[in-house]
Amino acid sequence: MSSAEQFKELAEKKYAYGFVTDIEEDRVPKGLSEEIIRLISQKKGEPQFMLDWRLKAYRHWLTMEEPTWANVRYNRIDYQDIVYYSAPKPRKQLGSMDEVDPELKRAFAKLGIPLEEQMRLAGVAVDAVFDSVSVATTFKKKLADLGIVFCSFSEAVREHPALVERWLGSVVPSTDNYFAALNSAVFSDGSFAYVPKGVRCPMELSTYFRINAKDTGQFERTLIVADEGAYVSYLEGCTAPMRDENQLHAAVVELVALDGAHIKYSTVQNWYPGDAEGKGGIYNFVTKRGKAMARAKISWTQVETGSAITWKYPSCILQGDGSVGEFYSVALTNHRQQADTGTKMIHVGKNTRSTIISKGISAGKGQNTYRGLVKMLKGATGARNYSQCDSLLIGDTCGAHTFPYIEVRNPTAQVAHEATTSKISEDQLFYCLQRGISQEDAVSMIVNGFAKQVLKELPMEFAVEAQKLLGMSLEGSVG
Amino acid sequence: MANEGTPRALLEVHGLRAGIEGKEILKGVDLAIRPGEVHAIMGPNGSGKSTLAGVLAGREVFRVTAGRATFDGKDLLALAPESRAAAGLFLGFQYPVEIPGVGNLYFLRTALNAVRRARGEEPLDAMDFLSLAKEKMKLVELDPAFGSRSVNEGFSGGEKKRNEVFQMAVLEPKLAILDEIDSGLDIDALRVVARGVNALRRADRAVLLVTHYQRLLEYIPADRIHVMAAGRIVRSGGPELAEELERTGYAWVDGMKPEVAGAPRAAVATAREGR
Repeated sequence: MSSAEQFKELAEKKYAYGFVTDIEEDRVPKGLSEEIIRLISQKKGEPQFMLDWRLKAYRHWLTMEEPTWANVRYNRIDYQDIVYYSAPKPRKQLGSMDEVDPELKRAFAKLGIPLEEQMRLAGVAVDAVFDSVSVATTFKKKLADLGIVFCSFSEAVREHPALVERWLGSVVPSTDNYFAALNSAVFSDGSFAYVPKGVRCPMELSTYFRINAKDTGQFERTLIVADEGAYVSYLEGCTAPMRDENQLHAAVVELVALDGAHIKYSTVQNWYPGDAEGKGGIYNFVTKRGKAMARAKISWTQVETGSAITWKYPSCILQGDGSVGEFYSVALTNHRQQADTGTKMIHVGKNTRSTIISKGISAGKGQNTYRGLVKMLKGATGARNYSQCDSLLIGDTCGAHTFPYIEVRNPTAQVAHEATTSKISEDQLFYCLQRGISQEDAVSMIVNGFAKQVLKELPMEFAVEAQKLLGMSLEGSVG
Repeated sequence: MANEGTPRALLEVHGLRAGIEGKEILKGVDLAIRPGEVHAIMGPNGSGKSTLAGVLAGREVFRVTAGRATFDGKDLLALAPESRAAAGLFLGFQYPVEIPGVGNLYFLRTALNAVRRARGEEPLDAMDFLSLAKEKMKLVELDPAFGSRSVNEGFSGGEKKRNEVFQMAVLEPKLAILDEIDSGLDIDALRVVARGVNALRRADRAVLLVTHYQRLLEYIPADRIHVMAAGRIVRSGGPELAEELERTGYAWVDGMKPEVAGAPRAAVATAREGR
């Protein structure tokens, strides 16, 4: 078989997590208006400040235009054709895991997320978000003993309104951009974590997101605050069921790392990417940003294999002197997936440092764009950045694009940028084949080798999962 | 040695024609190698030596247009490259490719277990593999540090060639085709590589050396020498043929037909059968 044929074949692996769970739902009517927002806020029993905040965001959103600068193509989204709130109806008050809807539990099991197992074996506290409402929060007591708050966003609004009011929107204002404003107006739930001064969170905090209800846009909001000298590692992973219509996902994640704090935020993203023709699939428009105060450190690590459209730039505002920002990313596009992803490193403080390692993998007719901004402001004396953007092409019908933007306003700042583009070569494949390794294993091995620099930044069990995911996402992409 | 072409041969090639993008490179190759033998194919650049090695290993850029090849009783040309490997055919590459980020030992264990699985054997676990690998690395004096480095990445020419022989030692093929295993090696590195190959000689294993230089044969003695020119084997003979080549160079073989070159009977006979 010729390599062209082989490469053409690289693309037939079905999405393994496509299933729909029947659960009674509590939904609001389609469409977006002040009324709908009031209804959402009311259903969630929110205090006045939250409603005001939502309405302010909504009014601003109305004045904004959907951005078109990203290197992605998709049909216009009809924002009035979306259901903005849907929650599984609680059958009764949930006191323990035993009371969780068995349907839900089965869904988690299919996803390979047995909650009890995770609690028992991995020591991971899982705040499971099923559609828009958190149904199970674990390990709370252990965390509470250390003064750590880890709960659903709704619960945080109820139980810790002062913390929420103080930090919500402090990194991503409600008016930040089109999708962030939309999220601010209608966000249904998400996660909240607060780690007090000097506390090192003893376990990885983890949330699994899942889109389930038909036509329901997902608008999660995550806020993580690490107080002075605190440390927290947060894992976010998700899979979504197979759907025919495109589904909008516009999340916002805000990280606040106060003086000397360290936040490590890891993502494995596997939203439904659409079929081989590009039908269906999730539109993923995410705003992720962290603010690092003096000597604080924020690390973003992401493995992006899913979604039809990815629009995502986890960023760091290096506000405090000596703060550090890191961005490690693997983005894989196959079939007709399009990804426009990268980071922004905004150096404000003196001697701030940032590292960007981006690995883009394109197969099939996938289009992969790295878009990154490194900005050294006037006060960023002695600031340094190192960026490395590598692209790997599989076959000759895909594309890789790199748009690095660099703005330096301080003469002592140093910026280094390296970029490479390579193809999985015939020679590499043949070398593997000649040693007895199958085509698929060879591609998976070469791709994982290419992504290794990033994968090693992930927590161990997550790295294993991500490695499997990369191989799986490319299965069939070489014949 | 006069029995080439008998069913006992491990590899039998008849009238093999192959090329790339419509250009014919191999113009009717005949070859028979029995278990335990070491053969060498020599010839000037562009004579088709490396193409022959590539075609036998199943490199897809080459199209086979005529002829046949039997390996260990199987129709070699019908097998996918990885199945040829599983059947016991090993190609030592002239230019081993780098695979960034893939650990050398991880790669080799994946290969060994793929081959074992294809043969219906149990895969080797990490510990057993490690002790096997350590032992075989000694054979070619490869520092254990090379185990955790990426496949061939940043290896010197000599290290790459030693790594090839190390892989051969672990994979234990029935036939090892070593393509210019001597190129780019200084004399010390050549000695190490040759010692490794010689140590792997066994009654049930054959070796086909592809080389430009007679020097290699001083370190790895061959039972049978074939001279290739313009896509054909134009002469075959014993070790003395290599010495003759060393004296006379390749100028005399250019463009020669097997009959004119006065090839030994056996080679001529098989060459005729093939046409």
